[in-house]
Amino acid sequence: MSERDVSALLEVKDLETSFLINGKYYNAVDGVSLRVNRKQIVGIVGESGCGKSVMSLSIMNLLPKNISRIRRGEIVFEGKRIDHLGEEELNRIRGKEMAMIFQEPMTSLNPVFTIGSQIAEVFFTHTNLSKKEARQRSIELLRSVGIARPESVVNEYPHQLSGGMRQRVMIAMAIACRPKLLIADEPTTALDVTVQAQILELLKDIQATNEMAVMLITHDLGVVAEMCDEVIVMYAGKIVERADVHSLFYHPKHPYTKLLMESIPRMDREVETLSSIRGIVPSLAQMPRSGCRFAERCPKAMPECKIVTPKLTEHSPGHEVACLLYEESVPVHEVMK
Amino acid sequence: MMASNDVLLKVERLKTYYPIKGGFLRRTIGFVKAVDDVSFEIKSGETLGLVGESGCGKSTTGRTILRLLNPTDGSITFDGKDITFLKGKELRKMRKHFQMVFQDPYASLNPMQMVGDIISEPIRNYTGRSMKEVKEEVFDLLEKVGLPPDAYYQYAHQFSGGQRQRIGIARALALKPKLVVADEPVSALDVSVQSQVLNLLKELQKEFSLTYLFIAHDLSVVKHMSDRIGVMYLGNLVEIADKNSLYAHPFHPYTQALISAIPTPDPHKKKERIVLQGDVPNPINPPKGCPFHTRCPVVKAECKEVKPVLKEVRAGHQVACHLY
Repeated sequence: MSERDVSALLEVKDLETSFLINGKYYNAVDGVSLRVNRKQIVGIVGESGCGKSVMSLSIMNLLPKNISRIRRGEIVFEGKRIDHLGEEELNRIRGKEMAMIFQEPMTSLNPVFTIGSQIAEVFFTHTNLSKKEARQRSIELLRSVGIARPESVVNEYPHQLSGGMRQRVMIAMAIACRPKLLIADEPTTALDVTVQAQILELLKDIQATNEMAVMLITHDLGVVAEMCDEVIVMYAGKIVERADVHSLFYHPKHPYTKLLMESIPRMDREVETLSSIRGIVPSLAQMPRSGCRFAERCPKAMPECKIVTPKLTEHSPGHEVACLLYEESVPVHEVMK
Repeated sequence: MMASNDVLLKVERLKTYYPIKGGFLRRTIGFVKAVDDVSFEIKSGETLGLVGESGCGKSTTGRTILRLLNPTDGSITFDGKDITFLKGKELRKMRKHFQMVFQDPYASLNPMQMVGDIISEPIRNYTGRSMKEVKEEVFDLLEKVGLPPDAYYQYAHQFSGGQRQRIGIARALALKPKLVVADEPVSALDVSVQSQVLNLLKELQKEFSLTYLFIAHDLSVVKHMSDRIGVMYLGNLVEIADKNSLYAHPFHPYTQALISAIPTPDPHKKKERIVLQGDVPNPINPPKGCPFHTRCPVVKAECKEVKPVLKEVRAGHQVACHLY
């Protein structure tokens, strides 16, 4: 890997985001700290309900205010706290300095506006371009994301485009102001494999030419292996493991990461029975109060796993894991409690 | 090729077109050629996988074989009997031999019915068994698919996606069918749950000596489940072979692109990827000649004129491409 500018672009410190369920708040993201460096691609992996999307929406401050809130923690972007900025100040950053693309290219575009006017909106909000210039830039953008006949596509509506083209339009809108950070939430999940391959190539190209950092949220370990420098594995609102892509795939530590890797069928190996993880991710209201949240389903769980909450600790340089199996000593008094 | 008594299902030149209605009188103004000339056989006890991208006609093929849709042309022979144009009582009698597992475990179970009723409905409909016998049988099925007996009295919404899919499987197996068509049975599930359901399907296949037509878009899943695999593109079967032969030596340029597009969960296996240009053509007006010629990286003049037919290039490996 080439040398990297290691100054942090985004830092999340001890984030807790909770949702209101039947009059009580439950943490969907529970004490997550992470850092995305400039020009880095960080992958966030986990199953549905592990809090990966909630975390990204917290960063962008896009969560519904009436049923959710950030209880604790800091979100620092380019050295500046952004978690308690007002809408107006946020809008100056969102779409310009950091942008997001969503899973559903079908629902995240407005069906009643043309593609051109939706892209131009980004320019009107963040730049002083005239209508004509904005249109010209929109066409250039569409061409740069690999849309074949951009001059006519600007006048078309979302329903006239295929899923892959809509995702290209979303990417065009996201990169319109050359953001420093792109949060991509399952950008290829709704697409076919050959289209997914096109979109991933495109994201890689744009990342390299625009020198932007990408936070790639996905459940697909294959996509992570191909795209990311660093990987964060989440389970039930917590980070269970963090490592560079090589260590994670060749020396996974956490039992959850290991099982996740063994439970996917792979083209390059043949097994009769796949290993599987018993049970399912507990719902927010049923989350265990103390101990490891994976203990219920973990084949290697020890009695103390249900009592002591494991901390994310460095196991080898750059490789952190939150599991009691790797903690040197379990404090006895906590076990006895 | 193989003894004919071995073949459970034979599909020949199957075509399923959906009419497009339009104009003032709602006349048929065209057809969506969802399945356009598909032929294959499935032997008793084997799993045939069908892969392809959305809109390639794999689900329509599955549904037409089960006669949930009416074929436009071609023939379907099930267990030596022609079921292509079977109707009414005759068809109903055959139906118990072929069942389906659906993609969406949230939409394919009736939310108003108890799980016990969902699973027992086919048994009640097709056999004259007493309520007590039926109930015993349902409890037996619940155990087989790994659900607790008290699931009988619960409703679908009380279960997770994986468990619902187990209910759907139990319902499909209630009449001890010979053929099960599984249409994307795990695509709505999380990876850790997906493997549970795949393992269950494999176990049940052994136990009940089932024959599967396994339809999915995920090539890794299809490879794991199938003995032989057919690749579809724009309503056509472009390649069909034993799974190892298909993955080791894909002949059709589309199959090659499809396989190369799958991300491998190994950061050091950087492979040459064939990135296809453009989108799948509209099935209302498929291109002349080879359906893939508009996106094929090795297209020849012949491809634009003549539609290639499936031919055997190796033992048990058929491909429809002018290159071979």
